[in-house]
Amino acid sequence: MAGIQIERVGKRFGGALALDSVSLDVADGEFVALLGPSGCGKTTLLRIVAGLETRSSGAVRIGGRDVSDLRPADRGLAMVFQNYAVFPHMTVFDNVAFGLRMQKKPREDIERKVRRAAALLQIEPYLDRYPAKLSGGQRQRVAVARALAVEPAVLLMDEPLSNLDALLRLEMRAELKSVLREAKTTTLYVTHDQTEAMGLADRIAVMQQGRIVQADAPTTVYSRPASTFVGGFVGSPPMNFVKVTASGRSARLDALDLRPPADGDLLLGFRGEDVQLVPPDEGMTFVVKVAEPMGSHLLLTGSAAGCPVRVVAPPTASVHAGDRLGLRPDPDRIAWMSQDSGLALDGHA
Amino acid sequence: MTGARRLMFWSGVAALCAWVLVPIYLIALGAFGGRAAAFRWPKAFTLVNASLEQLATFLRIEGVWNAALNSVIAASLTMALSLLLGAPAGYALARYRFRGAGAFRLMVLLTRAFPLAILALPLTVVFIRAGLYDTPFGVALVHTALALPFAALVTAGLFAGIPRELEEAAWVFGCSRLQAFMRVVLPLALPGLAAAAIFAFVISWNEVFAASVLTVRNRTLTAYLLTVLAESPLHYRFAGGFVLIVPSVVFIFAVRRYLFALWGVSNR
Repeated sequence: MAGIQIERVGKRFGGALALDSVSLDVADGEFVALLGPSGCGKTTLLRIVAGLETRSSGAVRIGGRDVSDLRPADRGLAMVFQNYAVFPHMTVFDNVAFGLRMQKKPREDIERKVRRAAALLQIEPYLDRYPAKLSGGQRQRVAVARALAVEPAVLLMDEPLSNLDALLRLEMRAELKSVLREAKTTTLYVTHDQTEAMGLADRIAVMQQGRIVQADAPTTVYSRPASTFVGGFVGSPPMNFVKVTASGRSARLDALDLRPPADGDLLLGFRGEDVQLVPPDEGMTFVVKVAEPMGSHLLLTGSAAGCPVRVVAPPTASVHAGDRLGLRPDPDRIAWMSQDSGLALDGHA
Repeated sequence: MTGARRLMFWSGVAALCAWVLVPIYLIALGAFGGRAAAFRWPKAFTLVNASLEQLATFLRIEGVWNAALNSVIAASLTMALSLLLGAPAGYALARYRFRGAGAFRLMVLLTRAFPLAILALPLTVVFIRAGLYDTPFGVALVHTALALPFAALVTAGLFAGIPRELEEAAWVFGCSRLQAFMRVVLPLALPGLAAAAIFAFVISWNEVFAASVLTVRNRTLTAYLLTVLAESPLHYRFAGGFVLIVPSVVFIFAVRRYLFALWGVSNR
């Protein structure tokens, strides 16, 4: 077991800056998700940690040891690839045993560890089969079992669930979480799917254009985003931002009194479910354009103070397109942002 | 397919088959039918009085077995050399992005556009000086030059078809680059490599010009037959031609699946 320290790692592809001095500490046993849109550098960062990509600057430590210039084989890690990368010419048993055999472990040891990993991922019935005979979900289990069988200090996962269909993904996500919790392996997990990151990770590192813009617990990232980008990227529907101009630490939106932490041009950020629906003359005015009954809730899309706003209302609320309502955001859950920089104002930058 | 297109398609197929099969069939007729069949006109399309006599006599011609041995040696060396040199080039083309990769690919192919006839005299001089003249090894070197472009390009396609992640997974799980190649890439590429090797073998086996120019006493089978059969009766020439064709046809037939796969025609 070991932690990962990523110290000011930079990467250039020709003239393009893929990673801009990224630093991240993953504690021993912690599960950190690297979350971001495609092209933000998250996979590049993971591959640099794995040793599959060279870095332009900075250092990577695993368990306190500088592994920056070591071969992937000598870094003491295991990896699960996006397209599984299960060896097609080996049986499931040989696949899972691959890492252990490379470590020249004794035969009984290999047998025991392969059986244990196979049991953990419920692939025991397939140990003698070839991967071509397995479904995508089963292949993914083989890939995870292969990684866990070597009992790695550090486990790296590159969008391991993205090739599965939606239902299987949900199932594997829950299973992965319980398996990894049991194994207590330090994990760095790349994904562009924010629900995956929210559900699995102890901490989410949100990346944007080669930088980590916020690294916090999922609930903090969700309700206290460090920037408008994080607020808009994490959560579905994304966080709402309404333009407000404040002076003397106070501002007024329609019938709503606000106490912002600063003056000037601000953004009032709030989640769709953190509002109270009130009569139009008691809050900020919200004009409903579309009302979508989602079963568990009613999703209202419309505008307030000239900005697009989405509100999550109770499923029983009787609201129709064209209605005018009042919105009263929960003052404890408001996230204030600067209009100029897009950064949070209350010390979360 | 509409009727007209279907007709076009099948007449095309028939023409292509006839293009290859009719000459082979006629050669077989001459080889097995003896003197009578070779000179008969119009040609009978069935064999009458088929016998192995011509073939047996042909195989008793002095030097045939020696020439066949030379051919096998030259073709085996060509096979080994073109794979040993071509496969790494193919691997580099498939796995690494480097400046001039596209130009390199083209240059490799362009070597085939260079007429061997122009090279023949200077090559002979150099081979005589180097002591390679009139040896199967010398012939194999020239044949390797002919087979190498195919070996490089065909193996490039082969290696490109093996996902890079498989190799990366092997590295992560404890392999050096060489170990990853031996344990993961090679087993997956083996059938295709075998096909490429046999293809090189056939190229050498069939080649006659360089072999004729570069040898005198240690001729390969093609070169030997070219000189010997020029003075033989017609039906012995047919027998000789038949002996030359059969191995290549058998080889190509044996590896046809992989050749189709290599050239991008799948599912055969």
